[in-house]
Amino acid sequence: MSGSLERLIYMANQIARNLATDADPVAATAQHIRSFWDPRMRAMILAHLAEGGSGLDPTSRAALLRLREAA
Amino acid sequence: MGYEFQPDFGTPASRADVDVTLSIDGRSVTVPAGTTVMRAAAEAGLAIPKLCATDTLKPFGSCRLCLVEVEGARGTPASCTTPVAEAMVVRTDSDRLRRLRRGVMELYLTDHPADCSACAEGDCEVLAQADAAGLRTVRYGPGADHQCEAMDVSNPYFDFDPAKCIVCSRCVRACDEIQGTFALTIDGRGFGSKVAAGLPSDDFLSSECVSCGACVQACPTGALQERSVKELGMPDRAIVTTCGYCGVGCTFRAEMQGEQLVRMVPWKDGKANRGHSCVKGRFAWGYANHKERILNPMIRASIDEPWREVSWGEAFAHAASELKRIQATYGRLSIGGITSSRCTNEETFLVQKLVRAGFQNNNVDTCARVCHSPTGYGLKTTLGTSAGTQDFDSVEQCDVMMVIGANPTDGHPVFASRMKQRLRQGAKLIVIDPRRIDLVRAPHVEAAHHLPLRPGTNVAVLTAMAHVVITEGLADEAFVRARCDWDAYCDWAAFVADARHSPEALAPVTLVDPPALRAAARLYATGGNAAIYYGLGVTEHSQGSSAVIALANLAMATGNFGRPGVGVNPLRGQNNVQGSCDMGSFPHELSGYRHIADPALRALFEADWGVPLDPEPGLRIPNMLDAAVDGAFKALYVQGEDILQSDPNTKHVAAGLAAMECVIVHDLFLNETANYAHIFLPGSTFLEKDGTFVNAERRIQPVRKVMAPLNGFEDWQVTQGLANALGLGWTYTHPSEIMDEIARLTPTFAGVSFAKLDELGSIQWPCNDAAPEGTPVMHVDSFVRGKGRFVVTEYIPTDEKTGPRYPMLLTTGRILSQYNVGAQTRRTANTVWHPEDLLEIHPHDAEQHGLKEGDWAKLASRSGETTLRVTVTDRVAPGVVYTTFHHPATQANVVTTEYSDWATSCPEYKVTAVQVSPSNGPTEWQEDYEALTERSRRISAEAAE
Repeated sequence: MSGSLERLIYMANQIARNLATDADPVAATAQHIRSFWDPRMRAMILAHLAEGGSGLDPTSRAALLRLREAA
Repeated sequence: MGYEFQPDFGTPASRADVDVTLSIDGRSVTVPAGTTVMRAAAEAGLAIPKLCATDTLKPFGSCRLCLVEVEGARGTPASCTTPVAEAMVVRTDSDRLRRLRRGVMELYLTDHPADCSACAEGDCEVLAQADAAGLRTVRYGPGADHQCEAMDVSNPYFDFDPAKCIVCSRCVRACDEIQGTFALTIDGRGFGSKVAAGLPSDDFLSSECVSCGACVQACPTGALQERSVKELGMPDRAIVTTCGYCGVGCTFRAEMQGEQLVRMVPWKDGKANRGHSCVKGRFAWGYANHKERILNPMIRASIDEPWREVSWGEAFAHAASELKRIQATYGRLSIGGITSSRCTNEETFLVQKLVRAGFQNNNVDTCARVCHSPTGYGLKTTLGTSAGTQDFDSVEQCDVMMVIGANPTDGHPVFASRMKQRLRQGAKLIVIDPRRIDLVRAPHVEAAHHLPLRPGTNVAVLTAMAHVVITEGLADEAFVRARCDWDAYCDWAAFVADARHSPEALAPVTLVDPPALRAAARLYATGGNAAIYYGLGVTEHSQGSSAVIALANLAMATGNFGRPGVGVNPLRGQNNVQGSCDMGSFPHELSGYRHIADPALRALFEADWGVPLDPEPGLRIPNMLDAAVDGAFKALYVQGEDILQSDPNTKHVAAGLAAMECVIVHDLFLNETANYAHIFLPGSTFLEKDGTFVNAERRIQPVRKVMAPLNGFEDWQVTQGLANALGLGWTYTHPSEIMDEIARLTPTFAGVSFAKLDELGSIQWPCNDAAPEGTPVMHVDSFVRGKGRFVVTEYIPTDEKTGPRYPMLLTTGRILSQYNVGAQTRRTANTVWHPEDLLEIHPHDAEQHGLKEGDWAKLASRSGETTLRVTVTDRVAPGVVYTTFHHPATQANVVTTEYSDWATSCPEYKVTAVQVSPSNGPTEWQEDYEALTERSRRISAEAAE
């Protein structure tokens, strides 16, 4: 990993993979990121999502879309 | 307060709940059945002479000095081995007894130095007992004796003088019964009997002795005596305080001569250590007066400049000015702080308050980020609170111990001794660890099962164990139905029962022998009270939180919660890492593990502090460093933490620190992080401050100032100085006021105060109206969250993969004699045991790589490379290498990566793919770093005005 954005993408995907067995993985991933990431980190990855969100897995992408809607 | 020895009742207390009444010297005495006559007399204030007896050891009956008369009994039985009986009539003094005792003491004195210095100073009981026996002269002439035997001065902290030894075996028994090392013996017979350490060719230093000091404390003469007592003389006062090293939290008497510490002696009434100690807490306190301590504040404009000493006022004003400038330039969120797990709760609370109320953001984190943050997440998710479930005493009722990812004999040695005591009594042991840790096979201790798993596969192993529990019908369904969420349990049980989670199916991943894993799971589920003890080998993984959750799942499924002898027990690393987490050091939560987003909670703090609080979570340490590299995070206040040495991927940490405009290091020494600092605020040791620590069993313990801070201020005062330079107007005059504030704002600490701590000695949180004297065992009738929550933990392999370039796995840990980054212990004589970090490598791998014992090896990973010497040992498996991180010259974390726990960002220190190859010297990084350190530690000759 190098660079903050690359790390954030990795983190989001890692969270989603580990919450895949939750009853609602998308909601759980979104809630985890909302609860533990600071505003700048969230803003960075949402900006990346707005630019296409390359590298994001389907669950983490869906979770970030949900976060964006809630913002 | 004058100096007094700790009371000694001669033999241990009986725990029987039936009382016996007897007469001793005409006095009616009632004691629990099983009490010895010696102890019953001592408790009644009647001291019976003794030499071989002490209340920390089982009765021995060798010195024949404690003889008494018992009405109706023949002879004169030894009171130390004679249990009380109902209506027994005992006489402790008579002409016959005095004559017998004089005879015994007369013989002892024939072989005791006439000029015994310890006797003269009151640290040797021989002369005192001779006086007590009324002995005036010795009838026997000079003869053979042991007065010319050479002293053993090999140990850096204590000497053994055979001339003073009375061969009472107290040292041998202490090593056996208390410490469990069995390093000492009585060699020879009759007149030739002598205390020996290890083999005949050994001295104390070369033997298996671990320098815990139990023998020194047990010795009734000056035969085994601290060298500091020899050099300084006996103490004149003693203050009870709490050790500043590991999370066991041993209570010590700091024994002083004025402001000079003479020795640290474990306090028998300490509830965490029960009178025991290890080499660090007992002896390794010399760093407190080390010449490299920095006592004056210093500043510099750039890290390329030498430091310049300034006044405290100038340092505070400069720091505040820089922090304000940076926030004005880069924004409110551009600065943050790191609290210390070595400092007190009160100091830690103030640092997080400074960040939240002063910096007006939540960019505060603590070293638990890199150790037990997954414990907080995992246990809160499943049980409802972020702490271990038991007290240490609980181990005495444990039938099965499961130790996973912990090396207690090195990391938590005093508790390890208690574990070994219980194991010697017959409890069974399961060890899950890639290495064959010492506990696997110790004197009179052998693990029933050692599962040497591949590093990084904890979750797979625990899921396989759960598979055995469920598919073989070993779950405690009655407990689960009563105490846990049944639907979540059913989902979890179905998950783990899947054939893909069987030990056989997962063996290719875990490398654990399936029959051994099945046997271990059966033992854990059916062996009686089963307790899990775990450490950083669980948490420091990409699935650290999942592994903690898996442990809680396993314990819930087998009904191992809510009573003594069971539970899930994290062995916390640093002295106050539990407390620093309790105090709200994480960026998303306030004290008591409550999320900052809760408006009602914020309102409570805002009303108390008089400032609005940011509702958004702040940055974790790794994210602070990322943001610094990005140019968004510009200033950091670090209290008592050395992130450059302790955090992963050293080059990235260095890049982050170098990118900041103001790094404030508040510490005892110019540590590695200070190489990148612009302001240095001198810290105070645990001996120089008042406050509290919380140990691994949630025990809040007093830390008491035994000497004035050499730098002039306790650490909480320094933080207050900085806060007030920022205009916060704090007016604390004593740490007790800070604890009052903590109690006011934190439900789990609601009943805690310094006055109550003085009264009770220590308190285990929660302490509130429901539990006014604290809570030794948690989750007794229900879990904190209500119903225990099972969570499915799918094993996901780490992304740190071995391959042709990096074919081996590195895992890291610690060693007994050194502590964390070594800033304290490297500045003591403990370096005699561990002068450098070594790379453990299996003999097969060593041969493959052309390495021999003591050779230099290059250790390279995707992050970086370093060199260190190798030691060849089969305690690591083929394909796995191991090292410690205590020495900055090695910089083991140059090699570790930024992979981290999915939930908490705790680094994956335990799994790094590496290449090992022969080397002939330091790497370029090591050479550059050494030059940087030398340059960075220059202090200008220009003095403060």
